[in-house]
Amino acid sequence: MEICDKTIHEIKGMLAKKEILPSEIMKSALSRMEKTGKFASFIKTFPEEALKYAEEQDSAPLKGILSGIPVAIKDNMCIEGKETTCASHILRGFVAPYTATVVQRLLNEGAIVIGKTNMDEFAMGSSTETSFFGNTLNPWNKDMVPGGSSGGSATSVSLGEALGSLGSDTGGSIRQPASLCGLVGLKPTYGRVSRYGLVAFASSLDQIGPFAKDVEDAAILLKAISGYDAKDSTSVNAEVPDYPEEIKKGIKGLRIGVPGEYFLEGIDDEVGVCVRKAIKDLEHCGAEVKNISLPRTEYAVATYYIIATAEASSNLARYDGVHYGLREKAGNIIDLYKKTRSAGFGDEVKRRIILGTYVLSSGYYDAYYLKAQKVRTLIKEDFSKAFGEVDVIVTPTSPTTAWKIGEKTDDPLKMYLSDIYTISANLAGIPAVSLNCGFSAGLPVGLQLQAAHFNEAVLLRTAYAFEQMNDYHKKRAFSEK
Amino acid sequence: MEYEIVIGLEVHVQLNTLSKMFCGCSTKFGAEPNTQTCPVCLGLPGVLPVMNEEAIRLTVKTGLAFGCKVSNFCKFDRKNYYYPDLPKNYQISQYDKPLNVGGSVPIRIKGEKKAIKLTRIHLEEDAGKLVHNICGGSGVDLNRTGLPLMEIVSEPDIQSPDEAYAYLVSLKQGLKYLGVSDCNMEEGSLRCDANISIRPKGVLQLGTKTEIKNLNSFANVKKSLEYEAKRQEKALGGGERIIQETRLWDAVNNKTVSMRSKEEAHDYRYFPEPDLVPVVLDDEYFRKVAGEIPEMPDIRYERFIAEYKLSEYDAGVMTSDRDLADFFEETSKQGVDPKKVANWIMGDFLKEINTAKVGICDVKVKSPDLASLIKLIDEGTISGKIAKDVFAEMFVSGKKPETVIREKGLIQISDEKSIEGVIESVLKSNSKVVDDYKSGKKSAAGFMVGLIMKASKGKANPKLVNELLKKKLSGL
Ligand SMILES: [Zn+2]
Repeated sequence: MEICDKTIHEIKGMLAKKEILPSEIMKSALSRMEKTGKFASFIKTFPEEALKYAEEQDSAPLKGILSGIPVAIKDNMCIEGKETTCASHILRGFVAPYTATVVQRLLNEGAIVIGKTNMDEFAMGSSTETSFFGNTLNPWNKDMVPGGSSGGSATSVSLGEALGSLGSDTGGSIRQPASLCGLVGLKPTYGRVSRYGLVAFASSLDQIGPFAKDVEDAAILLKAISGYDAKDSTSVNAEVPDYPEEIKKGIKGLRIGVPGEYFLEGIDDEVGVCVRKAIKDLEHCGAEVKNISLPRTEYAVATYYIIATAEASSNLARYDGVHYGLREKAGNIIDLYKKTRSAGFGDEVKRRIILGTYVLSSGYYDAYYLKAQKVRTLIKEDFSKAFGEVDVIVTPTSPTTAWKIGEKTDDPLKMYLSDIYTISANLAGIPAVSLNCGFSAGLPVGLQLQAAHFNEAVLLRTAYAFEQMNDYHKKRAFSEK
Repeated sequence: MEYEIVIGLEVHVQLNTLSKMFCGCSTKFGAEPNTQTCPVCLGLPGVLPVMNEEAIRLTVKTGLAFGCKVSNFCKFDRKNYYYPDLPKNYQISQYDKPLNVGGSVPIRIKGEKKAIKLTRIHLEEDAGKLVHNICGGSGVDLNRTGLPLMEIVSEPDIQSPDEAYAYLVSLKQGLKYLGVSDCNMEEGSLRCDANISIRPKGVLQLGTKTEIKNLNSFANVKKSLEYEAKRQEKALGGGERIIQETRLWDAVNNKTVSMRSKEEAHDYRYFPEPDLVPVVLDDEYFRKVAGEIPEMPDIRYERFIAEYKLSEYDAGVMTSDRDLADFFEETSKQGVDPKKVANWIMGDFLKEINTAKVGICDVKVKSPDLASLIKLIDEGTISGKIAKDVFAEMFVSGKKPETVIREKGLIQISDEKSIEGVIESVLKSNSKVVDDYKSGKKSAAGFMVGLIMKASKGKANPKLVNELLKKKLSGL
C-alpha cells in the first residue's frame, strides 16, 4: 500500500514513531497526483512549494495534529498570495491578499497545502460540471460525475492526491460528493467553523467542512478547523470537543430516527437496500431505531433555491470588473458591468443570479423570500421536535449513486433534486455527515447522519461505530497496479 | 395664491469612532487615497463584516438624547445597487428596523420654541469616493468606504428655509454636545439633502417634492431652499407641474439645477444581512448610555437665562458650544458677575480664538484666571483697558493675570500723590494746552487726560485722573 493510500491517523502514528518523514508523505502524494492528473481534481497545485515545506518539517519537531499532512483546499477559500477563482472566469487573476481562517488553522497544525481543488463555478452545481476549467471525473468510474460542488476536494482525497481536504457545503456540496466518491464528508453546525475567507455563495447556508477517508480522519480535521473566530460574527463561541477521542465512546442506547419522508419515491433501489442494511448494523451496535417524521421535507428544495439564490444574487454583485478579476472593454460604467458579467459568469450562475434577483425584487419579496424564510423556520422546528425524540437521524445522502457526465446538465431541476436529502440540514443549520455504506454497480452509496446543533461528536461516534462493523472505508478507488 | 412650504431634511453624520463600521481601519480624514483600507472594507471575496459596537452606542446615545424610541433589537439589511465606489455593490444599512424611531429636535425661531419631528435615525456604512481626473479617467478612493454613518431623517415638519437653518444649527449643536460627531461639513462628516414641496395654504395634501443634493454649508441649504420655493411657486403660478426630481445646488450661480429629469426606478432589494447576527440591547445598556448624555443645549439655554440672568442672546452664544458653556459656568461660579463673564467671552475670548483658530478646549486661559482678571478690574487693580492687554498675554502664554501684571508692572496707580505728580509734570510741559483751556477751550481738558494717561503708561486710575485734574484746573 502506498503511503498516500493510508489514513491520516495511520500516518500520524508512523510519524510519531519516526518510521516515516514528512517529505516521504509529500512525495507519495505528488507522485500519485502525476498518475491521476486526468481526473482533474485540481485547478492549481503547488508541488515544489509543498515539497519544500515538507522537507523543512523532516528535521523539525512535530508542529501540530496535522504535521506534514498534505491537504487540498477548495478553490473558494482564500490563501494569501494564491489565485482564488471559484472555478469561474470572472475571478481569474484574483490573488487573495489574506488567508482564510480555516486554512490558517490547518497551517497552524502543520498541514501542507498542495493545491486548490476544482469545483462547480461559485459552488453552484451538484456535479462539478459547471467549472470554467472543465469537469472533474469520478475516481471510481471515469464516465461518471464526482458530485458537487466540492467534487475536486472529494476526488483529491479519494485518489490519494491529498490525505484530507476542505470543501464547502451550502446545500450538500460536501456530503453529496463524499457519497458519490465513497468518502466521509462532514458539514459542521452553522457557526462551528469560521467562514472568514470562504468566498460566499449563500451566507446563511454556507459551511466549511472536511473530506476524509474514514471517520477518525474526519474527526482530526474537524478538530483542527473548529472554534470561534472574531472575524466572523456568525461564528459561535462554543467549546470544541476532542472529536478523535469522542468517536470511540460507542453508541449503546443511542436513539436513531428514520424519517419516513426520506424513503419515498425517487430513491434508487440499491441505495435504499444499502441504507436499510446500515440502519440494521447500527441497531446491532446497540442503538435504538425509531420511525420519525419530518413533515416539511417536501418544501426544502423550493425553500432552499429561494434563499440561496437571493443571497447569491447579492453576494455575487461585487464581481463587476471594477476592482479585480475580469474586465471587459466598455465605453461607460453600465456597459462595463453588463459586458463583464455577461462574459464572466457561466449559465448556472447566471440562472441563479436572475432567480435570486427576482425573488428579492419589490412586489415579489413577500411572496417568495419572506415566505421561504417562514418555511425555513418551520423546517427548523421539524428538526427540533425530532431531536427531542432521537439523537441521530439516518437517511440516504443522495437518492442515487454517481451519474453519467452530461446526464443532468440540460435539466437544472433534475440536478437540483439530487440534493434533496442534504438541503434541509443547511436550512436548519444542523451538522450532518455522509459516509460510505456500500456499493452499487461499483459505485459508492452514501449514508447520511444528522444531529442537533453542535452535536458533531454524536454524528462521528455513530459513523465510527458503523465503520467498525464494515470495511467499505478501506476500499480505494485508485490502484497503481 | 398663497403657498406654504413643506421641508424635510436628511442628514448624514459620520460618527466619531476610531475605526470603521465593520473593520479595524482608521477613520482619520485626509489620508492618501486607498491607504486606509483592508480586505473587509474593500469588499474582497470571502471577507465578513464585524460590527463596531461603539457606533451602535453613539447612535443609541443620539436616539436617547433626541427622545427617539430606541430599539432593543438591532438588525442590518443589505441595500443592493451598483456603483463603482461601492465595493460590494450593496450597502449595509438598516431598513425596516432602524435603531431609533421618532423623537424631535428643538429649535427656536423669532423667540418661538418648536420641535421638529424626526422619522428615524439609523446606522449604515459610507461608500467611497470617485475621483475624476481631467484626462477623462476616473479613480476610486475607498478610504471613506465603511465609515460609520448615522442618517437622521426629519418628518416633513419644517415650514421655512429659516426653520431648516435653525434645525441644522440645533442638530449640529446637539450632536457636538453628545460628542458623537465632529460635524465637519468640509470633511464630509456632516452632509445634508433637502426635500421641499409647496402647497396652497390650507390644503392638507402634500405637493410634489424635489430633492436638493450637493449642499455643502448650512447657508447654502437655506439659500437653495429659498430659491427652490420661489421656483416652485413661480412654476405652479404659471400653470406648470412640478416634477419629482433630484436637483443640485449651483453655489456659483445661486440656483438649483435639474440632475435627473426623472427619478430612477430603484429597486434596492433589501433583505436582512446574513453575515451579521442581530444585536440585542437591554434596558441596563440603555440606562448606562443615558447616563453619559450631557445636559442638552436647549435645556442649558433656559437654565442660563434663569440661573445667570443672561439675555436670550447671551445665553444663545454661551450655549452654542458645550466647551464654551462649560467655560462660562466654571468662570461664573467663582464669584464674578456672569454678565461680565459673558461679555469677556463674547469679546476678547472669542476674538482671540477666531484669530488663533484654536478649539475652546485648547485655550490656555483657564476659567479661574479669567475670573481673577475680572476681579482685578472690579477691585480697581487694573483698568479695563489694561485688562485687554493682560488677557492677550494670558491667551498666548497661559500665564495667570497676576503674573502678567507683575512682570509688566501694570498695576493701576490709585495713589493720589503720584497721580498729582504726573498731572503736575504734564501741565508743566504742555503750557499751550493749559493756555487753551484758560482761554475757554473746554475740550482741552479731555486732551489733557489723554496725555496724563499716556504719561502714566495707562496705569493711572482714570477716575482719579479725572477728579484730580478737574480739581487742579478749577484752581487755576
Ligand atoms: Zn477596512
